[in-house]
Amino acid sequence: MIKNISLALLTLLPLSLPSLALADGEVNVYSARKEQLIKPLFDKFTAQTGIAVNLVTGKDDALLERLRLEGDNTPADLLMTADAGRLYRAVEMGLTQPVESEVLTKAIPANLRDANNQWFGLTSRARPIFYVKGKVKPEELSTYEDLTDPKWKSRICIRSSDNIYNQSMLGSMMAVNGVEKAQAWADGLVKNFARPPEGGDRDQIKAAAAGQCDIAISNTYYYGQMLAGENAEDKAAAEKVAIFWPNQADRGTHINISGATVTKTAKNKDNAVKLMEFLVNDESQQWYAEANHEYPVKAGVAIGDMLQGWGEFKADSLNLSELGKHNAEAVKIMDKAGWK
Amino acid sequence: MEIKPLLWRAVLLSMALLTALPILAVFGYVFVPAPEVWQHLRETVLSDYLLNTLWLVLGVGFGVLLLGLPAAWLNSMCQFPGQRFFEWALLLPLAMPAYIIAYTYTGMLDFSGPVQSLLRELTGWGYGDYYFPNVRSLGGAITMLSLVLFPYVYLLARAAFLEQSICVLEVSRTLGSNQWQSFFRVALPLARPAIITGLSLALMETLADFGTVQYFGVTTFTTGIFRTWFGLGDHAAASQLAALLMGFVFVLILLERWSRHKARYHHTSSKYSRLPRYPLRGSYAVAAVLVCALPLLLGFVIPVGQLLYWSVTTATNGLDADFIKLVWNSIMLASLAALFALLLALILGYGKRLSNDPLVNLTARIAAMGYAIPGTVIAIGVLIPFAWMDTQLNTISQQWRGSTIGLVLSGTLFTVLFAYNVRFLAVSLQTVEAGLGKIKPTLDNAGRSLGLSAFGVLHRLHLPLMKGTLLTAILLVFVDVLKELPATLILRPFNFNTLAVRAYELASDERLADAGLPSLMIVVAGIIPVILLSRSIGKSRAGEH
Repeated sequence: MIKNISLALLTLLPLSLPSLALADGEVNVYSARKEQLIKPLFDKFTAQTGIAVNLVTGKDDALLERLRLEGDNTPADLLMTADAGRLYRAVEMGLTQPVESEVLTKAIPANLRDANNQWFGLTSRARPIFYVKGKVKPEELSTYEDLTDPKWKSRICIRSSDNIYNQSMLGSMMAVNGVEKAQAWADGLVKNFARPPEGGDRDQIKAAAAGQCDIAISNTYYYGQMLAGENAEDKAAAEKVAIFWPNQADRGTHINISGATVTKTAKNKDNAVKLMEFLVNDESQQWYAEANHEYPVKAGVAIGDMLQGWGEFKADSLNLSELGKHNAEAVKIMDKAGWK
Repeated sequence: MEIKPLLWRAVLLSMALLTALPILAVFGYVFVPAPEVWQHLRETVLSDYLLNTLWLVLGVGFGVLLLGLPAAWLNSMCQFPGQRFFEWALLLPLAMPAYIIAYTYTGMLDFSGPVQSLLRELTGWGYGDYYFPNVRSLGGAITMLSLVLFPYVYLLARAAFLEQSICVLEVSRTLGSNQWQSFFRVALPLARPAIITGLSLALMETLADFGTVQYFGVTTFTTGIFRTWFGLGDHAAASQLAALLMGFVFVLILLERWSRHKARYHHTSSKYSRLPRYPLRGSYAVAAVLVCALPLLLGFVIPVGQLLYWSVTTATNGLDADFIKLVWNSIMLASLAALFALLLALILGYGKRLSNDPLVNLTARIAAMGYAIPGTVIAIGVLIPFAWMDTQLNTISQQWRGSTIGLVLSGTLFTVLFAYNVRFLAVSLQTVEAGLGKIKPTLDNAGRSLGLSAFGVLHRLHLPLMKGTLLTAILLVFVDVLKELPATLILRPFNFNTLAVRAYELASDERLADAGLPSLMIVVAGIIPVILLSRSIGKSRAGEH
């Protein structure tokens, strides 16, 4: 019996060592963007250029950790994340290298890429306020800061502070208002929670639509997915709420990006850069806007009826590296505020 | 003469050490002081982590015993309508990953879900007008975990009950005990090691769970480790938290060992006669059916129904050639890992029986603690030494050949398999040890005195006697690997996905309905081994081969 098992293992184990076969010139990507949100574009890229793309998806932090531990020998050429804070962290950890590309610097506004060209934003998403139509008048809303007003007591739904989008949102406030005010804001916001944080961004909109709260905070593309989705209940829920763009009179609505950075020891750097450039061409940018309801980073790209219908808004022009700088402190502030 | 045992000892020790390596690697950070972060944790969230973890463990412990024990007893001792069906069907929840059952119940019972919406529609109530238990809560997490983990207790307790010879029960009856008394005073204490094993497997799985508690917003040690490692960026404090968690597990294990003292549980009589089942009638039969049907319904039928509904409504998405590849990848990995884990468990388990070396025992204990450690932590623990080895290999290659060879270990399926082994060794090792424990040591002596080698005893005597046990070990690891997510996610090679990965990607993108199909396939692929498992136990009554 032991012999049989050993034999079976010996014959099967070689199956488990295929990754040595990565060919030169292919772009190897570690991506925190989900496969379904990135693979279609990779396939197009391969069809157009003949350059194959290999993909591992995972959670941002875990991928960063893998990259760090693999060190100089990592096969990864490109790291893609769904948040600017993580890109900043990759730079801090010394895992990245600068890229000189006119295509990228021309297409991407300066605040959505690293000042030293270490990372580049590829798509952008806003994190506005959603209010229940009929229950809240848009005139009652003004800024994120105003959400701590007692009039919103027990009326706000927002997800857990474990989530990077909330950490980054608070990070953007710390950059503008300082630590103390950010702490006071987090304290005040927690007091106005309608319920302890639970679920994801979609769940906040659903809870608002179902009457559990009057205001929800969510990323725009979740709202877009709900409106466009096949799920009738989700759609009905999304139709009960509307977007309010906060802070239009001052810094603008908080935005974040999904982006990419070339790894320090990328063996296929040229092709990796080509891939990034491909991802900011008009066609790819439009695909993102249509398939995932994200905003293009590139100006002048058609965004489709839904995104147009949400209206133009002033986005916060803060350089997104700031989000990463304040991340750890933001987590502490949320812990202190009792934001679960 | 002297060299062989020494060599044997070295082999055992190195195998145990290798498996324990990832756990030790993470704890390498333990001695780095992190006073500031600790002060922050103490002032803010630590008490939450502690209390929630404690309640979770107590709650799930109680839950799995409540669901698993009565059903196990009824199914081994009594006769009632549907008994033959429940016998194996009660194992089915084992095929359901905890995070997936959490998704399904949330989808159904959430405030904005169909159940509560219907309730509001029927009654005209609004938010706050009525009480409805919140699924996303500590209580919800306890319920979800209990529903999918109780089969461990059921499985092992039932196997233990079945193995009890009627002799001991009859003796207790002739000494004046009634049915209940012989259950509580003889059968239960005799089955105790098995029940404790089942309970400890369930609780270790609970402590390692990240997906469910995170989804429900319950802050436990496990979520705390992640938040500290990634959010606060402090590896030292995070690994100290993990060490604290391990300390907790270790104390539990020691307590259990200590409470057993020197009691041994193998049967001393080889006389065995089949237990006649006690027929239940009337309201007793109804009660028995309810006791078995409820866990099955809640832990399997309802969530599977929801997954089916989601799969059917989104059937156009996802069912393609790629999907078949996913199924194959999942099954291939799970089979390999199960064989791997069994082999290691046999060597370690038998080695411990032979040498009883305290150092080997301790290392094996540490290696088996992987079951209580979150998969992500294990994965990082595996990456640390493997990436280090890769770096050394590349340095050597650079010196000798003038070129690097890239990653040899990291980023291969071998690494993934190794991580599974670290994570699930406890399952196979405990099962194998329990099986070996039931074989009288006198049998070993008899075999050896008749000229068999140590390997011969294992090969010719133990293995044939333990067929059921071995199959159990293989199948349990198989199902566990099928469900495993975090380690697979971090360690897998390029362009390689499994069902669990696909389900996670869709669910974490908040597309629960699309995640239905891959989730359903995980369950379906897990059902077959679960049924095999049940059959192997049915046949494992002592004296029946």
